[in-house]
Formats: sequence, C-alpha cells, structure tokens
Amino acid sequence: MTDLKPLYTAILEGDAPTAKAVTQKAIDEGIDPQVLLNEYMIPAMDEVGRLFEANEYFVPELLIAARAMKGALEIIKPILVGTGAKPVGRVVIGTVRGDLHDIGKNLVAAMLEGGGFEVIDLGVDVSPERFVQTVQEKNAQIVAVSALLTTTMPGMKTTIEALKEAGIRDKVKVMIGGAPVTQRYADEIGADGFSDNASGAVRVARELVAA
Amino acid sequence: MAACASDGVELQGAAVPAITSLDEFVFGVAPRPVRCGRGVEIGAGKVIPEINFTLPPIDINRDNWPEIRRQYTEMITGVTQRAVDLGVEDLLVEFETLPPMTVHPEWGAEITSLLAEHLQNAFEKHGLRSALRLTPNDTRDHVRPPRMRGGYYWDGMVELFHAAARAGADLIAIESTGGKEISDEGLMSADLRTMVFALGVLAPRDMRFLWTEIVAACREGQIVPSGDTACGFANTAMVLADKRMIPTVFAAVVRVASVPRGLVAYESGAIGPSKDCAYEGPYIKAITGVPISMEGRTAAGAHLSPVGNVSQAVCDCWSNESIQNVRLLSTNAPTVSLEQLVYDCRLMNVAASHPGGAQTLRDWLAESDAPRDAQAFVLRPDVVLRVSGAIAAESTPYRRTRAAVLASVDELRRGLTSGELSIPANEKRWLDRLAREAENLPEDEDRFIAEMMPVLANAPYLPEEYCLEI
Repeated sequence: MTDLKPLYTAILEGDAPTAKAVTQKAIDEGIDPQVLLNEYMIPAMDEVGRLFEANEYFVPELLIAARAMKGALEIIKPILVGTGAKPVGRVVIGTVRGDLHDIGKNLVAAMLEGGGFEVIDLGVDVSPERFVQTVQEKNAQIVAVSALLTTTMPGMKTTIEALKEAGIRDKVKVMIGGAPVTQRYADEIGADGFSDNASGAVRVARELVAA
Repeated sequence: MAACASDGVELQGAAVPAITSLDEFVFGVAPRPVRCGRGVEIGAGKVIPEINFTLPPIDINRDNWPEIRRQYTEMITGVTQRAVDLGVEDLLVEFETLPPMTVHPEWGAEITSLLAEHLQNAFEKHGLRSALRLTPNDTRDHVRPPRMRGGYYWDGMVELFHAAARAGADLIAIESTGGKEISDEGLMSADLRTMVFALGVLAPRDMRFLWTEIVAACREGQIVPSGDTACGFANTAMVLADKRMIPTVFAAVVRVASVPRGLVAYESGAIGPSKDCAYEGPYIKAITGVPISMEGRTAAGAHLSPVGNVSQAVCDCWSNESIQNVRLLSTNAPTVSLEQLVYDCRLMNVAASHPGGAQTLRDWLAESDAPRDAQAFVLRPDVVLRVSGAIAAESTPYRRTRAAVLASVDELRRGLTSGELSIPANEKRWLDRLAREAENLPEDEDRFIAEMMPVLANAPYLPEEYCLEI
C-alpha cells in the first residue's frame, strides 16, 4: 500500500506534483478519500497555518501549500461528491463597495480553498446587493467581507443590513477582516466572526459552520 | 499665483546620475529645485513640511457632503493656524482624493478649491507661503482587468487633471497603478519574475502614457507636474513584510526595482517633488536631481514601517503620508501631525546651517535603521548612490529594472557578509533564492516578454492596454 506520509509532506512543502501523484496512486489503490483528506491533507494545512503563525513560513510558502492541497483535492473531489460528501462549507467572499484592495481577500480565499471550503470570489468593489444575491443563489453558509480603508469599512455594516433586509441574516454567517478591522468593530456591527490573518480566518470559518 | 512649470528631466538612454558624491547627497538640497504655489521653493536649501490629511470613516456621497466640507475646513483651518503659530515660512499641503472624488471629479475640484482658498487667506493674512498638491487617485483598477487608456474611470481622472489648476491646485501628483493588477499576485507569491514584468515592462508603458497626459494638463494650467509613487507596489510589499507575510529581502528588492518605473514620470516631464510615499525617492533624487518628498516615522498614523529614520536622510519635503481627522488629547490629529513635521524640519534646517551638520544628521538617521532591516539598508545613501549608478547606466526601463534587481541583491548580500545588515535565518534562504532568480532574468526585453506572456495568459490584465501584442 502507498505510504501516505509523503502526501502530508508534499502539502507542507508546497510540492504540488508529488501531492497529486501520491493522491492519485492512493485513490487507484482504493484508499478512502476521506482518510486522505482528514488524516493527511487537512492536518498538513493545519501545520502550514501553525508555521505561518509562528513566523517560520511566509505567505508564498502558505500559498504554494494551498495550491498543492487544491491539486490533491481536485483528484478526490469527484469521488467525494459521488459518495454524497459535501465541502466543509460554501463561502462567498469579496471586498466591500468602493474598496479596490484584494491582496488580503485573495489570500483568505486561497486558504479557505486549501482548507476544503468551496469559495465563490466576487472580487473587489462588491455592493451589498451583490453579496445578498450571491448568497441566495449559491446557498452559501458564510459571507466573508474585506475592507482595507477606514472610509470603506462602513460597507461591512451596510452589507449586514442588506442581509437582514433580504430576510437571510439568520441563514448565513458573516465574517469580516482587513487592516483597519478589529474584533470590537466586528462586535459593533454584528458580524459573527473576525480574523486578522488568513490562517486564522480558516479556523474562524470552521467554527462558524460547526456552530 | 500660478506656479512655474519647466521641462522634465532628460534621461533617455544610458546616463550618469545627477548626484554621485555622498557629500552632495543631503536633505534640503536638490540639483533641480522646484518653485511652486505662493513662492515656495523646494530643494533650494531648506526642508519643507508637507501635510496630508483625510476623513474619518464616512460614506462619501451627496447626503454627507456638508459634513465632508466641514471636516476639510476643520483640518485646513487647524493646520494653517498651527503653521502660523509655529512660525512656519513654507508649507506644502497635499490633498489626495478618495475614490468617489475622482470618479466625480467635480467633488475633488470642490475640495481643492476649499483648501486653496484657506491657503490663499493664510498667505494674505499671515504671509504663510504655501502650495497645494492635488493627488487624484488612480481609479482605473476599479475594474479588473483594468482599462488603462480610456473609459469611465480614465475620463474622470483626466477631467480632474484638467480641473486642478482652475480649482487652485499648484502641483499634481498621482499614485499610478499600471501593472498593479499583475504585481498583487507577484507579491503574494514572492515571484520575482512577475514583479519584474509588472514593474519593468507594464508599469513603464503605462507611466509614459499617463504622465504625458498629466504633463499636458499641467502645462495648460501652468502648474507643476510633480511626481508619482510605487505605493501600490513597493509600499504594499513593505506593509506585507511588516506583517511578516513576505520576506523583507523581497520587499527591499521590489523597492529598488520600482525605481525605473518612477523615472519614466520625470522623463515624461514631471519635475518633482516626488510623492511622499515614494520611499524609492532617494534613488529618484540621485538619478534625476529633482527634489523629493519623503515620510517615515511621521507616517505611523497611516502605516507602520521599518524605515522611520533612514527615509528622512535626503528628503526635501518631510511628510506624514496621511492622518485621519480624529480628536487626540491635545487637538485634532492633522494639527498634531503638522507640529511633528515642523519640529523635524527645524532640526534638519538648523543642522544644515552648520558645516558638515547635514551630513552628520543624515548619517545618524541612516545608521539608526539600516543595519536592522533589508528595506532600510537599501535606502542608505551610499547604497543608493552605488545602485543608482547601475540603474542609470542602462538604457531602457526593463534593463534598468533588471539592473536594479541585480544590484540590490548584490548590496544585500554584501551587507550581510560584512555584518552591516542583520536578517533572520528564514530570510537568508529567500535572499539566496532571489539571487538565483535575478541571474536568470534575460538581458533582452523581447525575450523576457515572450517568456512571461504565456505564463501570465490567464492573469487579470489586458496586454493591449500596454501596447503588448498578444
């Protein structure tokens, strides 16, 4: 039987070709994809997140790990779907109206994908109406809203109000982030989650879908 | 009242930097001083404070417009009054529009007029010499991929360029974003080749187009086409490095690699001062001789940085980047910020009045930061002069960008070897990686473009907006 430890190591080191090769070989040998996901892939990404938070890894290392994870996930996804397994969660993400900054948002999106979430990325300058419409269309469990400017932060509150007006606030969790955003601000506007970094955002998203 | 414009810096083809002697590379003095506004002279012997301020969180719309006007009135009143109280002789005020004020240029023009009126009153009443720098923000990347040379957002920017003089602005600057749609991904991945493509291929093509338009508008209105900044590139890198998201050595190399992009503005007719958040300014000053505005520890209200002192070493205007109009214990933040700038400028100008004083203070400013961070190290005046020589010796923006990368990596490795620079172990492996990648950059631009176009085939940019053939 294929040694699966190299799958863990390949994701940790961002080695996408090896991650995909080991995954494919394991699937060919009939190994349960849930075992690959839960015992090797997600723990590897958790370790990547730990190394990042310990200042040993930089974002580029985190990103290539997420890409390796995504490559391996794409191999097992059709099988998981066939067995009725669902993604960890579905997230609609975007930067608020009037704000064009997307580096942090893109990073969170990549990490969420690496963490097994399905991510619908609406890009920058996203109106509250578009967030609402996409949540309804895609039946998302989480809306992740980003802002870099203090002048555009009010767009987060407006988005939450739009979700309320549409009558879907209790069906979707809202998490927010961005340089000027704080836990206090999140509490103030009634957001459900906040993180000041990308790997923390994955943890928050997991907690929100589990709640 | 109108400022005198003059021709830009000719730097077509290989050249020798305007400043080559360390003794002549000091704050307050530039080979090509600029006269602007109500009798302000920049780079003519004194460092001048440049204050910038912005709104607290507020939706910018018609409903809030009376409050927005009140906020700007409060800020400019506080700043000019404090300048008069402290005996400031020359003051530069920057008004950087917020996106809706460029999309609706009449809004940007209205605030410009409001600020200009207060500055004129302070001049007439108290003799405060001043100039107003208008910085329309580059809104073209509101859509991805951005249209760089036409369309709704471009039209708003151009309208504001042309309205600037009528509204009372004395200088125009911009934080242009050509190539940013590529560099954002390059920064996140610490991908040197993508950054060189963004900074050395795309950005210069956009700068040439954009600055030709800005210079034409400034000549029409007889105001000063001042300068640009690599804020969207190198300052993004600096902030990411500060948050330990990318290596500081990468951010340092990106900073120097942004210099050739900046030079295009001055080749196209800009005359300075460079924009305050262009931390690459010392290179611009060394190569072109135009005066520069800089910011450092004084910008901590806007963003943190590892270059708080060294950035001041050869400045001609000393700025705060931006500060929100919030109440502090003493008074409102813009007034506080101005006071800090004024005292820094006093110290520099007194130092410069003593023989060798400017050089001594400059060296202390550099020495206090440079050994601690790669980004500070590449701003050390002697490093700047050596790398500037390598950049100016090349004849095209791409080749200059390549030279900037190679020379800055060499300087960082030399600093590390000599013990003049200290970086953590996980940064050293990145410096080695950068050195390998730098050596693989081809000398020939066409070859580099041919290599990169397929790699970036799905990237969010439109090659035709940069005159690149698909």
